[in-house]
Amino acid sequence: MLRMFRSVIAFVGLLQLAMLVPAHGQANDDAALRGEIARLAEADFRGVEAVVQSLASTGDPAVTSVLRALRSGDVYWRKSDKLVVIGEKAPGRSLLLTDPLTGEEIETVKKRETKKVKVNNTLRNAIDAALGGLTLRASDPAIRMQAAAQMFAKPEPKALPALDAAIAAESDPDVASAMRDARAVLILKSSEADKADALDAIARMVARGDAEARNALASITSDDAEITEGAALGIEKIDTSLRYWGYGQNIWQGISLGSVLLLAAIGLAITFGVMGVINMAHGELVMIGAYTTFAVQEFIRNSAPGLFDTSLFIAAPLAFLIAGTVGICIERGVVRFLYGRPLETLLATWGVSLILQQAVRTIFGPNNREVGNPSFMSGAFELGGLTITWNRLWIVIFALVVFFALMFVLKRTALGLQMRAVTQNRAMAADMGIRTGWVDAMTFGLGAGIAGLAGVALSQIDNVSPNLGQSYIVDSFMVVVFGGAGNLWGALAGAFTLGIANKFLEPFSGAVLAKVLVLIFIILFIQKRPRGLFALKGRAVDA
Amino acid sequence: MRLTGTKTLSMIAALGMGVSSALHPAMAEDETIKVGVLHSLSGTMAISETTLKDAMLMLIEQQNAKGGLLGKQLEAVVVDPASDWPLFAEKARELIEGEQVSVTFGCWTSVSRKSVLPVFEELNSILFYPVQYEGEESQRNVFYTGAAPNQQAIPAVDYLKDQGVERWVLAGTDYVYPRTTNKILEQYLKDSGVAAEDIMVNYTPFGHSDWQTIVGDIKKFGSAGKKTAVVSTINGDANVPFYKELANQGVEATDIPVVAFSVGEEELAGLDTEPLVGHLAAWNYFMSADTEANDEFITAWQEFTGDEDRVTNDPMEAHYIGFNMWIKAVEAAGTTDADAVIDAMVGVAVPNLTGGYSAMMPNHHITKPVLIGEIQDDGQFETVFETSGLVPGDAWSDFLPDSAPLISDWREPMACGNFNTETGKCGSAM
Repeated sequence: MLRMFRSVIAFVGLLQLAMLVPAHGQANDDAALRGEIARLAEADFRGVEAVVQSLASTGDPAVTSVLRALRSGDVYWRKSDKLVVIGEKAPGRSLLLTDPLTGEEIETVKKRETKKVKVNNTLRNAIDAALGGLTLRASDPAIRMQAAAQMFAKPEPKALPALDAAIAAESDPDVASAMRDARAVLILKSSEADKADALDAIARMVARGDAEARNALASITSDDAEITEGAALGIEKIDTSLRYWGYGQNIWQGISLGSVLLLAAIGLAITFGVMGVINMAHGELVMIGAYTTFAVQEFIRNSAPGLFDTSLFIAAPLAFLIAGTVGICIERGVVRFLYGRPLETLLATWGVSLILQQAVRTIFGPNNREVGNPSFMSGAFELGGLTITWNRLWIVIFALVVFFALMFVLKRTALGLQMRAVTQNRAMAADMGIRTGWVDAMTFGLGAGIAGLAGVALSQIDNVSPNLGQSYIVDSFMVVVFGGAGNLWGALAGAFTLGIANKFLEPFSGAVLAKVLVLIFIILFIQKRPRGLFALKGRAVDA
Repeated sequence: MRLTGTKTLSMIAALGMGVSSALHPAMAEDETIKVGVLHSLSGTMAISETTLKDAMLMLIEQQNAKGGLLGKQLEAVVVDPASDWPLFAEKARELIEGEQVSVTFGCWTSVSRKSVLPVFEELNSILFYPVQYEGEESQRNVFYTGAAPNQQAIPAVDYLKDQGVERWVLAGTDYVYPRTTNKILEQYLKDSGVAAEDIMVNYTPFGHSDWQTIVGDIKKFGSAGKKTAVVSTINGDANVPFYKELANQGVEATDIPVVAFSVGEEELAGLDTEPLVGHLAAWNYFMSADTEANDEFITAWQEFTGDEDRVTNDPMEAHYIGFNMWIKAVEAAGTTDADAVIDAMVGVAVPNLTGGYSAMMPNHHITKPVLIGEIQDDGQFETVFETSGLVPGDAWSDFLPDSAPLISDWREPMACGNFNTETGKCGSAM
């Protein structure tokens, strides 16, 4: 099977060399293509694979759209007459059928009247390889780049002549470089490449220096001593550099985990740290923020799908307001009667947290809700040997922005001044004419609002379910206690220390043990420094 | 902290449920057959179990519309064990002793099942358990309608081997089901010639949300030049961030496919499945099954819930099968008496939703087809492989040295759940 496939690919290559010759006998080709495509109806995986191969072997660019549709599972056949078509989802569980070659609309039918041409991963790989071969000479450099990347990821030594021809004709230096990388992998994969070429390829892979390059070197089958030795040296070199990048990756992941902890904890640093209220409903305020994001996205999906990328910018202030309002209600309704009675506050806010959870469960249902990532938060980019995912990067930035904004509010605004005055000496503040009750409510509301903001960010990486808050409440308290209650800088330092420590422990100890070790560390640390990393000094301590 | 928290939570929630169930007046007290529904409606497991409660209510309603059972109407008695394992036992006792139910459908996690086992044994009542589990159990009062490992895990691994996979990541949540399943799979893989360094086992805590390191490790493990796959027994809520991280780090199914045993249509409902196309799941039922019976079931379900986007899933089908089996057994026995029904159950065969018949076997497990499906961009699974026949559930795995000699047969004269074929005695050393 594989051998046949290889020769087919080689054939494609030859055809592509001959592509300069203008198209011939269009009508005949069309009929032949249609004949092939018709075979997709009722075909099993092997049958579909055979069709893919023969379509690829025509080298006709017209088949790329069919192959693409096939790969994304959009090719169907009509049950009534076994006509193979491309189906596009239409409202009401129906499909808009179009012609696979011309793209002409045929009709809209119920989904039940058609059957999908199924693809599996093996087939997807075959289609990718075929598309790689077919699109090496496409006019759009982005597509050629993709083709080169596909060849690199799924090397097929027989495609070498086609690739060489493509490199010779390539004008874009970036694409050419990607193609040369692909060529190097093909050479390393093939058994009959000549030695100079192979050594060149090894050098190229070492220069590339990433995990894929190491992979290519590791798969060398040559029995020439010089080549295997070169490959072994190359692997060693790559391994060393990968190890250092690995540390960098750990630090980055630690920072990212730390930013999540910081976001979850920062609101608590206000309610617990500054006000001294043990707010067990903090996690649920985070959850409310996440559900606000869901509601906003749902609204946008239904009424203005084009605005989807802006959903988070709309959700963030809304989440702040809604969670903040709920927070103020909790403070006015429950907490204010319990100041100075921490145990009762703990139990009462716990009760509130259960009420909030069950309320959300009743309104939105117990299932996870889908919160999508806007396009600027999807995917990842490579920075040297680091893989940095966009959503994590944005969350780190968001956490820092929230942190400094809060800092600003506390240090530079009248409200912040009053907050600090009330927490430091309530009686004196009241004497100065500050409405302490109002300031309490505002402070609690601010902490709650920030929890809501955290919810917006967490909805991007975690599931949005009624249990969302529960999983963060322990972590948040951990950060605040470790960092030192009452000090925002402590929360910042605590969050990042715990995040990075966790990520360095995880590769050695596993995720479960890492968590345990971090907890033990905190317990021991608190024995030594009961007031955390950054202990408040002076009168405020006794207030 | 967490534990006491859940407990307090569940007690308060249970209180709430008690009040609400008391509000529903029992209809025609003596002329009904009571059916217990023991699924968490609050707490962490509510996400999965609430659906099953609704499914049971629908099945009971349908049966009543058909004229009930033995000339009587069925009456559902719903209690909420609130994801609290000891509370499961209390609620089970309440159902059997207090409400006098004839049969109970319930439990999801293995630990909740283990918690109620002694109650059902002591009070001699019947439990139908609808979820895929780790096996290594066969109890007279329990009927296991979910998959045993040989009805899910092993065929999935076989399929991937067929697709050329040589390196394996066994990733799971840290509790009994993944640990036992992975132990079985590891042994199975080693028996079939996979080297120890080609297997990576990884456990994470419940609700794990930071998958960066592990997905990075999987990528690295998968770049050793051999085709790699991940076998995931990651449970519940942890799946969403796991799949999100996979998608974001660009791990595609064509490179490193992930086959999951705990991810179904319900779980996918919380996810954008576009980047996940091609990742796999192994079940005994998919909503996409193309049969008349399934169409009817889905239509009825969506009408019952009043939501035309509502999905169906594998444990729901297990309840469908279990419920119909119970109906049939009761009709055959002519009574709802537990002993008579238990005896009548073995051998009962009812249609399943994938176009075949499932039968109850002497070890109280059932025969099922095994389906491997690939995730599609619409949140459904497309079946890419189906076992040619039905696979009988094996209570005691053949791949664990301790359980290999054990068999289970509840028919007379053996009537034993763990008969040791080596010693010839009922009861194992375990």
